[in-house]
Parts: sequence; C-alpha cells; structure tokens
Amino acid sequence: MTGPEVVPAAVAAAAVTDPELPMLTLADLGILRGVEESAGAVTVRITPTYSGCPAMEAIRADLIGALRRAGHRRVEVRTVLDPPWSTDWITPQGRRKLAAAGIAPPGPAPRRSPGPVPLTLGARPAPVPCPRCGQPDTERLAAFGATACRELRRCPGCREPFEHVKEI
Amino acid sequence: MSFDDAYAALTDHQDDTRWAYGTGFSDPLAGVPTDVPGGVDAADLTAYCLMLGDDALIMSHRLQQWVTRAPELEDEMALANIALDLLGQARLLLTRAAQAEGAGRDEDDLAFRRDAADFRHVRLAERADADFAHLVARLLVFVTWRLAVLDGLRGSRDPVLAAIAAKGVKELTYHREYAAQWVVRLGDGTAESHRRMRAAMHAVWPAIGELFRPHPVPDRLAEAGVAVPAAAARAEVDAVLSQVLAAAGLPPPTATDGGATDGGAGRDGAHTAALDEILAEMQGVARATPGGLW
Repeated sequence: MTGPEVVPAAVAAAAVTDPELPMLTLADLGILRGVEESAGAVTVRITPTYSGCPAMEAIRADLIGALRRAGHRRVEVRTVLDPPWSTDWITPQGRRKLAAAGIAPPGPAPRRSPGPVPLTLGARPAPVPCPRCGQPDTERLAAFGATACRELRRCPGCREPFEHVKEI
Repeated sequence: MSFDDAYAALTDHQDDTRWAYGTGFSDPLAGVPTDVPGGVDAADLTAYCLMLGDDALIMSHRLQQWVTRAPELEDEMALANIALDLLGQARLLLTRAAQAEGAGRDEDDLAFRRDAADFRHVRLAERADADFAHLVARLLVFVTWRLAVLDGLRGSRDPVLAAIAAKGVKELTYHREYAAQWVVRLGDGTAESHRRMRAAMHAVWPAIGELFRPHPVPDRLAEAGVAVPAAAARAEVDAVLSQVLAAAGLPPPTATDGGATDGGAGRDGAHTAALDEILAEMQGVARATPGGLW
C-alpha cells in the first residue's frame, strides 16, 4: 500500500496552492491548521479566511485531489472556525511571495481592546508602502477589492494601482 | 501542485464538483463538533440561529440586488463583498440551526424551501431601498446592530455560535466603516446629498425599535449563557449612530419605536410584502428544479 512513491500527507497538503492567491500555498496563507495521519487515514484541518470565502469548496477539492495523487486514499477535510483566521498567520515567506507578485502584504492585525469595537470613521490607518517602487505611503482607492481579503490602492509615486491584503 | 495562475488551476481539474450549485456545496461546518451544550434547549438554539441566519441571508440578498446598479464600480465590489460575507455567516448559522434541530434538514432546505411566515429576520433586513442614501442608512443601522450582537456572542456557551460570531465581528467592522463613511460623505456633502441622506435616515429610523424588542427565545438563551438579550445592544448602537450623525452634520431623527412593528414583528414571522418579492427571486430556481445540480 504505502510504497516509496507515497508523499507524506503533511508535505502534500502544505504544497496545495490557494485558488485566489495562487502564488501562496495554504501553509503560506496560514489556513492549513493541521494534518494528521492515523491508521492509513488523513485528516486535514483548514480554516476559512472570511465566512463567505467561496474558495473553500475549491480548496477542499484541491486538498483531496492532491493527497490522493500523493498516495493517500482516505482523506477527510475538516473545517475549524475557532480561533478565527488572522492575517498575522500569513508566514514571512507568504508575505515575500505576495510582495513579489505586486500585492502589498498586510501589516499587523488590529489589536482588540476591551469594550465595543471603535468606529474610526476613516482615521488615518498605518501607511502601506508601494510593492513596486517602495514609496512609503500610498492611497486607498477602494476598501473592497476582487476578493474579500483585498483592497485596491494606488501609488502616488509610480502611479501604479495595486492590491493590498487587508489586516484582519 | 502549482499553477502559474488561478485560471490554470481551475481548468486543470477532471471533475466539475466545484461548479455544483446549491445542494452540491459541502457542509460549511464539516468536521465541527455538533453537540448542543448541556442545559441548552435545542429548540431555542435552533430558533435563535435561524433569527441570526435569516437576518444575514435576507440582508445579503437585498445587497446583491444592488450589483450592476451602484453608482460606482468600487461600490458594487464593496456591496458584493459585504453581501458575500453575510451570506457566509448565513450558511454557517442556518447549518447550525439545522444541526440543533436534528430533523435532517440542511442549509438549502432552510434557505430555499421555507415559506415567508417561517422566516425569522427583523423587518429591517427585507426593506427595499429607494436610493443609494436609503441603502447606506439601512446598511449602517443593520451592521452596527449586528456587530454589537455578535460581539456579545463571542463568549456564548455554544462554541459553534461563539466561533461564528468571533469571525463575523472582524467582517462587520469593515462593513460598518464602509456604511458610516458613506453616510458622512453624503450628509456632509452637497445640499442635495444632505437632503437625501437626511430623508434616508428619517425613513429607516422607525425600523430600529424592532431590533431591541424583547423576545422570549434570546432572553431564555441569555439566561443559559448562550445568547445576548435583544435589548442589550441598544446602548452601543445608539452611541455609534450618534457618532456618525454628528460627523455627517445630520440632526438625530426622532421616534425610534412603532412603525415597522405594527401588526407583529419579523422575529415571529410577521413580514411585509417585500419578503414575498425577495423569496420569489431567491427561491424560484431551487423550487422549480428540486434537487437540481448544474
């Protein structure tokens, strides 16, 4: 059954890429929460980035397909909701890959203080440097981008528009 | 597995399970423990998750109707994103409701095969928007209220509800910033935008009272440490709305009760004709082709 061609489940699962940010693996993105092998069965735990992330179906199918190709026949993919995903879980390698693809990686996720969530009304957030020319601050064009996790920005230096992964 | 772009990744597959619609989607709570905590009434938990899930489902549908009609492409993307987040919250909550009910139903049964009188959302969610100012006024009230409620639910004794809430709070914080900034921009804009934003706040105001109306289900669950009482979110909502109105230069509307709850409340299944219109659109395909996959 487990011939030399079998790739360890943790290695195969960690190499699966995100369908919407294909430069990142699930491990880079921090949504792969665990891979366990027991008695010939593999259990993979993943967490969604956002509640409505439509990529979860594709990620589930990709994981099962990749693990089967790696020689694992019995695969279960489980959803983990707690603790909720944070952009702080994107690995340093993931951040480098985002920047190399022209997407500004997130800064530190907002810290929660006791009491109600404050409404900032556009109070100046931390500056986002341009991933192309390195200009230290850029302007936001739209708070919501092509996917739930990204916003649109523009660099006043090189005039290029770019995407930024929102801190969450 | 590595691909140069997302399109290559999508077209590589031999099967097309990912393109399934409706019942082809997998359980969004797959692998999450389904037990109802001890001392919690399963019927109440079912009813409460339906309330919160229906709020999100119906509001999401109303937002989706703005796609292709918003003033700017960026706002269509924002509204579509907010609608998608709410739809995700609805899927999780309806799935949790179905689990707690234990009658073999799933999220699709609850979304597509229930009649209007079985929906439990507040009437605020189903209202039609006369213009963009009405939309952002209604969105501001809805997401401000929902953020306050879900923030209180992060400590729920039901671990599934607590996890759904913790995730939702992060999303709703972005939604509230978006809606609040539009209310300020229009209220503090031209004489025409001010007039219309003021009219929109005035129009939505009577629907606010229903949000805090005591209801036996959340009140009982609050005693069991599972829910927050309906009235509990009021102080936070009032404070945030006052902050936004002040920044927008809009006078505070009056009369926060009555109006929208005449003839019963959405939490008890008393809805307006607006819901019939929504369900005809939202459920039409699923009802016409039961079990259909494509």
